[in-house]
Formats: sequence, structure tokens, C-alpha cells
Amino acid sequence: MIIFGTLGRSFIGRIDPRVRVLAAVLFSIVVVLCRGYGVLATALAATVLLAVVARVGAGQALRRLTELNVFMLLVAVSLPLFIPGTPVFHIGALSWSSEGLWRAGLIAARANAIMIAMTALLATMEPAHLGFALSHLGCPDKLVHVLLFMVRYVEVVHVEYHRLRDAMRLRGFRPRFNRHTLRSLGYLTGMLLVRSLERGERIMQAMKCRGFRGRFYVLDPLKICGRDVGFAAASAALAAFLVWMEWQ
Amino acid sequence: MSEALIRLEGIEFSYPPDREVLAGVDFALSPGERVGLVGPNGCGKTTLLHIMVGLLKPTAGTLGAFGKPRREEADFHEVRRRAGLVFQDGDDQLFCPTVIEDVAFGPLNLDKSPREARAVATETLRLVGLEGFEERITYKLSGGEKRLVSLATILAMKPDVLLLDEPTGALDEASKQRVGEVLRGLPQAMIIVSHERGFLEPLTTRILGMSGGKLVANSQSPIAARSISR
Repeated sequence: MIIFGTLGRSFIGRIDPRVRVLAAVLFSIVVVLCRGYGVLATALAATVLLAVVARVGAGQALRRLTELNVFMLLVAVSLPLFIPGTPVFHIGALSWSSEGLWRAGLIAARANAIMIAMTALLATMEPAHLGFALSHLGCPDKLVHVLLFMVRYVEVVHVEYHRLRDAMRLRGFRPRFNRHTLRSLGYLTGMLLVRSLERGERIMQAMKCRGFRGRFYVLDPLKICGRDVGFAAASAALAAFLVWMEWQ
Repeated sequence: MSEALIRLEGIEFSYPPDREVLAGVDFALSPGERVGLVGPNGCGKTTLLHIMVGLLKPTAGTLGAFGKPRREEADFHEVRRRAGLVFQDGDDQLFCPTVIEDVAFGPLNLDKSPREARAVATETLRLVGLEGFEERITYKLSGGEKRLVSLATILAMKPDVLLLDEPTGALDEASKQRVGEVLRGLPQAMIIVSHERGFLEPLTTRILGMSGGKLVANSQSPIAARSISR
């Protein structure tokens, strides 16, 4: 699970989840639309500040950014090959253009800014709160339920997988590259699917027995307070400032 | 004798394609009664409980609960509130991240305000001896704790009847005793499915077995009961 982890009681951790989701969405849209390096540098600086305020662990942030930037490296190597322009250097018939490098840099800056913002705003939230925030913001209930149940049951399925896998190993199963291995892993996957489906049905039955009618109610009703309004205003101001910079 | 809380007449049920598990079950649960239900694996004990709360539809027979005949899905909404079914596996029953949210789930569905739901949940946790468990993570609980929290999630709905499916399955002696003590202290009428006569005997007012898809009085020793109800 990538997006869940830092549960904090920092300043950001106390902001209403709905406000945080909206701020993250707004920020991402603005950043994706911006093309100037100055603007993106400002956006990056703002997100780093945000991450510090949200007390995102350095290790966690670096791990995430490393994963992202390995992918960005691929973009930086491949994109300049396909975008025509002034060649910077070439190997045989392959030539890398400066316009392509420029473009790859933009994409990397955007991706990093958005990743840091998501880590600071959303990863500091309990999954259940993210679910309720999405539901309050008009996200279809079905999608929200999928998210919440995934969070709850991914561990159960994982344990079930290990139980089956251990049982296989105890009977001398060692994966090799042959038909027997492929077939056995196929059975394992199939069995996991069947069991998950059956568990899903039992959970549904248990919920029906407790009066479930397709809607979740929250035990801690969310209330917007002054701090939330302040944070929303600050986010809107930052977005407006970035847009203004872009249009200068 | 007052009217039965749950009454089954000639209930039949088969799993597709043609595995018949219930072949004409007659049964009535009176107020204050605690009925133990024994029988080998797969003989239809769980099926019977699921039929009582309308999760499964019988292929024949009539079902009445709390003074009314119950046939359609809508009839069972009230039945499920008044007859609380505790599932065998805690992981099926508990799906919220924290214990308090899970126990409050039923009351919230019954249109209680969050404040009332929290109060009921806290009180119910105290009733089953799990004070201070409110913020614990459900899937990290031990087997015995899961069972007690599952029971609490049902008790929080204030049912008139408890249907318990193997409440001591896979529990150690200490946890079994704890579950037994909690159940003994409850006022509700109960149907308890279990393999353990030692657990049922001090707790129940009568014990029934299943034989040939029907309910029969069961008073034999555990070993004899096992060989007869095949």
C-alpha cells in the first residue's frame, strides 16, 4: 500500500480530511497545467514546506520519491529521443534533443511536487477518514466501499495466501520453471479468489444481520472549523499565486 | 407458556444441485430458553441459523418470528435486529478498523445518533468485559478477544434472541470459560451451536441434535451422540 502510512497529529493531521482532499486535487490540477520552471520550482518548494509541517518522515518520503524518480529517469532517457529539436549529443543514429530533456525535466518536477503534496496531505490520514472524505465529496459509494474493504481485508487475504503457500511448502513444493509449478500457482491464485469471494459473501451477510442498508454512518461527524477554513484559504491563495506566475 | 419467539414448521433446505441438509425441521424457541444444538460438521446447524434470520430461503416450510410470519427479505429486517446472529469467524463479522467503530456499526444503522451509538458501544464493551478496547485494531485482536467483540457488536443492537454459531470454536480453555461466563450473565433467549457438550450442558436448558435433516432431543453422552447423529 503506497498512500497509507504516516498517521500524524501534526497541524496538517488535524485539518478536516475533506479540505485536505480538495486541496490535494486543486494543487495537482494547477501543477499539471503549469509549464514554467520558475512556477514549478515555487510549487516544489511549497510542497516541501508542507511535508515538513505535516511531519512526513524523511525515510518514507525518500523511499517514495526514489521509486518515482527511477521511472522519471526512464522518461528522461527516452523522451528526448522522440521530441525533435537541437541535438545535445548522439550515439550513432540516436540523438537526444534539448527540447526533449527540457520536457522530461518539467514532467519530473510536476510528478515530484504532486507526490510530495499527496504524501503530506493524504498519507497522513486514516484510510477510513479518506473514505468518508471522498464519500462526502460525492465520490460514488461503491468506490468508497471498495477502498475501505480493501484496507480492512488486504491483510486477511495476505495471511490466507501465506497459509496456503506454507501448506504447499510443507508438502515439498518448490517453485521451478515447469508445468507443475505454473499449474500449482494457478490453483493457489484460483483458491484465493474463491475464498475471498466467499469471505466477501459472509461479510455481507454479517453486515445485513446488523442492519446494513448500503450506507455507512460516521461515529465522529466531521466538522469544519476555523483552522480548516484558514487552510483552505491558504491552499486557494497558493493555487492562485501559481496560476498568476504562470500567466506572467 | 407464552408465545414462541421463533417458530419453524416443516423447514426443508437443499444446497444445489441436490444436497439436502434439512428435511422437515420443527422447532420453537420460547422466551428465556437456551437451546444447545449439536451435530457433526455439515449437518445443517449453521444453515438452520441462517434460515432463521433470512440469509437463506428454505425450499419448503414456514417460519414465524416475534409473532409474525416471515417470508420476504423486508420481513427479515426486523428479525435480524431482534435475533442477533454471531458468526463463526470473527474476521467475517468485524470489518471496521477499530473496535468501537465496529460495535457502533449496528446502532448507527438503527438510526441512533453518533453520540448515542458511542455510549451504547462503550456500555456493551463493558458488559462483555472489554473495557479499554475501544481504539484497538480489530484484526490484531486475539481469537478470544475477536469472539467477545463479535458478541458485543450483536449485543449493541439489543436483541431479544442470540444465535451463536460455534462461540467456542478454536478457543483455548481460558477464553472458552470467559465466553461461557459472559453468556451466562445475559438475559436473552439463545440458540448455541457447539461441538462441546461440556460447554453447553451448564449453559443451556435443553440440547437438540440433528439426525437425518431433522431436530431430535439429544441426551446421550457425547460419544453416543456422535455415533447416532451420522
